[in-house]
Amino acid sequence: MTSTGASLAISDPTLEAFAREVGPAAAPTSDRAGDSDPVTVVGAKTAWDRGPQLTGIPREVRAPAGIVAYAPEEMTVTVRAGTPVSELANALADTGQRCALPDRGGTVGGAIAVGENDLLMLGKGRLRDSVLQVRYVSADGQLVTGGGPTVKNVTGFDLPRLLTGSLGTLGFLAEVILRTNPSPARSVWYHSDQVDPFALHDSLLKPGAILWDGSETWVLLEGHGVDVEAEADVLRSSGPFAEIDGPPTLPPHRWSLAPAELRSLPFDDYVASVGVGTVFAGEPQPPRPIDPVVAEVTARLKSQFDPNGRLNPGRSG
Amino acid sequence: MLDRVRSAAHRVADAATERVASGRRSATPSDPLLPDLVAALAADRVHIDGAERSLLSHDASIIDGGGAGPVCYPVSTDEVVAIMEIASQHNRAVVPRGAGTGLSGGAIPVGAPIVVALTKMNRILSVDVDNRVAWVEPGVINLDLSKELQPLGYHFAPDPSSQQVCTIGGNVANNSGGPHCLAYGVTNAHIRALEVVLPSGQRAVLGGLDAEPSGLDLRGVFVGSEGTLGVTTRIAVTITKNPPDVRTLLLSFADVRHAAQTVSDVVADGIVPAAMEVMDQRITQAVENFVGAGYPTDAAAVLLAEVDGLSGGIDIDADRIAEIGRANHATAVKAAQTEEERALLWKGRKTAFGAIAQLAPDYYLHDTVVPRAKLAEVLDQVYDIADRHDLTVMNVFHAGDGNLHPLLLFDAREPGILDRIHAAGAEIITASLDAGGVLSGEHGIGIEKQQFMDLLYTDVDLDHQNRLRQAFDPECRANPGKVLPSGHSCADIQQLKRIPAGVWG
Repeated sequence: MTSTGASLAISDPTLEAFAREVGPAAAPTSDRAGDSDPVTVVGAKTAWDRGPQLTGIPREVRAPAGIVAYAPEEMTVTVRAGTPVSELANALADTGQRCALPDRGGTVGGAIAVGENDLLMLGKGRLRDSVLQVRYVSADGQLVTGGGPTVKNVTGFDLPRLLTGSLGTLGFLAEVILRTNPSPARSVWYHSDQVDPFALHDSLLKPGAILWDGSETWVLLEGHGVDVEAEADVLRSSGPFAEIDGPPTLPPHRWSLAPAELRSLPFDDYVASVGVGTVFAGEPQPPRPIDPVVAEVTARLKSQFDPNGRLNPGRSG
Repeated sequence: MLDRVRSAAHRVADAATERVASGRRSATPSDPLLPDLVAALAADRVHIDGAERSLLSHDASIIDGGGAGPVCYPVSTDEVVAIMEIASQHNRAVVPRGAGTGLSGGAIPVGAPIVVALTKMNRILSVDVDNRVAWVEPGVINLDLSKELQPLGYHFAPDPSSQQVCTIGGNVANNSGGPHCLAYGVTNAHIRALEVVLPSGQRAVLGGLDAEPSGLDLRGVFVGSEGTLGVTTRIAVTITKNPPDVRTLLLSFADVRHAAQTVSDVVADGIVPAAMEVMDQRITQAVENFVGAGYPTDAAAVLLAEVDGLSGGIDIDADRIAEIGRANHATAVKAAQTEEERALLWKGRKTAFGAIAQLAPDYYLHDTVVPRAKLAEVLDQVYDIADRHDLTVMNVFHAGDGNLHPLLLFDAREPGILDRIHAAGAEIITASLDAGGVLSGEHGIGIEKQQFMDLLYTDVDLDHQNRLRQAFDPECRANPGKVLPSGHSCADIQQLKRIPAGVWG
C-alpha cells in the first residue's frame, strides 16, 4: 500500500490485516487456482435475505469489531464494521446519544451495507445521511478511505453514499465514522384505534414514528417533556389515545413505497410507517422495475470497483 | 505549499491564455458543432457573443482564466439530451451552470466547453404535500421555492447565503449548506430523486419518492458531484414543515475564543440548535455599518444562535444556550423580541459578504471544516497566519458545524498580493487538516482545491473516486478538469485538448 502521508490514511494494523485477508490470495492454493477467489463478508446474517442472493460458495471473512473513538461533544463515533449495533447503541446511550442504525441483532457493517432505516427514522434520521466516513477494503485488497470525519464535508466524490446500501458488492466495510445525535429527554408511545394517521402526520411537528395497520395507530412522541405533553394534547384532540409500552409486532417483509401510497394498500396484514413509506407486510414486495440506464451505470460501477467479480458474487443482481 | 497553490490558481489561466493568443482575432466562431446546436435549440438560445462568454467564464470567486465555448439555454430535458448527444458526436465537453454563485470554480468552463446554462429551466413543476415533495427544474431560485411553499406551511431547508439568487440545480451540484443546515442537514438530505442526462445523452431518474429505493444510491453520489457526472434536469426535493416557533439569541463576547467555546459546549450539552453562526469584530462592524441590524460593534465576537420548534422546548434550549454563553464570559445576551428584529439579525448575517465591499475591493473566502472542539484553536492560527502575511482576515462562519469561512481582504491592484493571499490560504487549509478537518464544508473542490486533495486522501482513495466518476462519464466529457487532481482525473486532460484550434478565443 502506498503511503502518501494523507491525513485520513491513519495506519491501523487491524484494518490492514483485514485488507490482506479480503485481498486475493497471493499464491492461490490448488482449490482456488484458476478462479477469482470469490469472497463474502459476514456479519450476524440478520438481513442476509435482502437483495439478490450469493452465487457459488465464496470464502467467508468477518470485519474487525470494536468502538475505536467516541466524541460525544462532536456527535461522532468511529466504529469497526464488525461491532454489534447493540454494543454501539449501549455505548452511545451511556452519554445520552443515539444513531440512525437499526438495532436488530446485527452488525454496524451489515446495517450500512443493507442501508435500511430504523423504525424510528422520523426521529433518528436516515441511515445514509449519518455515514460520514468509510474505510473499506477494495477487491484488490487495498484499504480505501472515503468521506471525512467532520459532520459537514463536501470534499470530493461521495464514496460513503456509494458504499451505503451496496450489499458489499463494491468493497467490504472495515470501519466507519457515524454522526450521532442526542437522545430525546422523553419518549412516549401512544395508541389509538379511532384516528386518521395521515391527518396526525400533518398536525404533529416532528413525531418519532407513526405506525398504522389500517385501523390502529401507534405514535411515538419524543423531545423535551413539555413538548411531548404539548404534542400529546394534539393527539388527544384528534381522538382517544392511551400510553403504551412500545410499537406492535411487525410482519416480516419490508416494502418501500411513497408515503402517499400508504393510503390505499392492496393487502390487509401490514404495519405501515406513515410519513416514511416503509410497510411491514406478510408477503414480500415484488421486484421493482429498474431503469435500464440505472442498471447500466450500476454494472459499470461494479466493474470499476470489482473488475473480477470477487466481492459478494451474485449480489449485484 | 506555495507552488501547489500557484498551480491550482494559475493552471487554468495558463491553458486559457494559450488559446486566447491563438484565437483572439476570430470574430465569428466557426465551430462545426454550432449548426447542430442551433438546429436543436433555436438560434436565440445558442449564444456566441464574446462578452457573454467572458461573463460566463467566471463564478463568484476570484479564480481567473476560464473560457466558455458556445452558451446554450435549454428549456427542456429533451433539449439537454440533444446538447449532450451533439457534444458526444463532436467529442466535446459540457459544463452545466446555474446562477454562477459558486466559490470554488466548479462552474468555470475550462477548455471552451459547451456551457449548459440552466437558468431558463426554472419552473416549479409540482408540490405534493402528501409525499412532502416538490418537483422543480434546476434553474429555480432557492428562495423562490421557499416563498412558493410558505402559504402551505413548508420550506426548502438548505439556505445558503446566496439563496436569493442561487439555483436549486447549483445546490444539488455542490451539496450546498447554509446556516440552518446544522439541525436540518445539507442539500443531500433533502433530495429524493433526480432526473439526469448522462454525458452519453441517456436520461435516467436516480432515487425515488419511496422510503428506500432499491439498488445503489446513485442519487446520493450525484448530489455534490459538481457537474462531473452529468446534467440534472428535474429535482424532487423534500419540503420541510415550517417550525411553529423560534427563539433567536445574540450573544456578545470580549474574545472570539469564548464564542467558539460556547458553540462547542452547547453541542456537548446535547442541544442541536437550528443555527449557530459566529462573526468576529471586524465583520460585525462592517455588517452593522451596512445594514444597521443592531449588532454590537464593540464586541470581539458575536454568536447568533437560533432554536426552532415547539414553544416549550425551545424556551428550555434558549435558556440553556444563554446560560452556557454566560459561563463562557458572554458580555451580553439578547433575544430578538419581534420577527422584525430576528429578520434584521439574519439579514445582517446573510449580507456579510456584501458588507465587505466597503472595506476592500476584493476578498478571498475560504471554506474548511474542523472538529467543533478545535474551533477556538484553529481560529487563533487563522489570525496568526493572516498577521504573518500582513493580511486582514475576517471570520464569519457556521460555527455549529465547525465550518470556518476565513475571509481575506485585498486589493488586486497591489503587486504580489495574490501570492500572499494564496500562501495564507494554503496555511489555513493545512491548519484545518492538522486539526482533523477537511478541505471543504460546502463550497466544493472545483478548481480551487483539487491540488490539495492529496493532503486528505491517498492515491488509492483518489483512484476510487475516479472510478465512481468514470462509471457515469467514461469519456470525461462532463465538466472535465474539476474536483480530482490532474493525475487522477481519468481522461480529463486529453478531453481538454480537443478544442478546435483558434475558434473560441
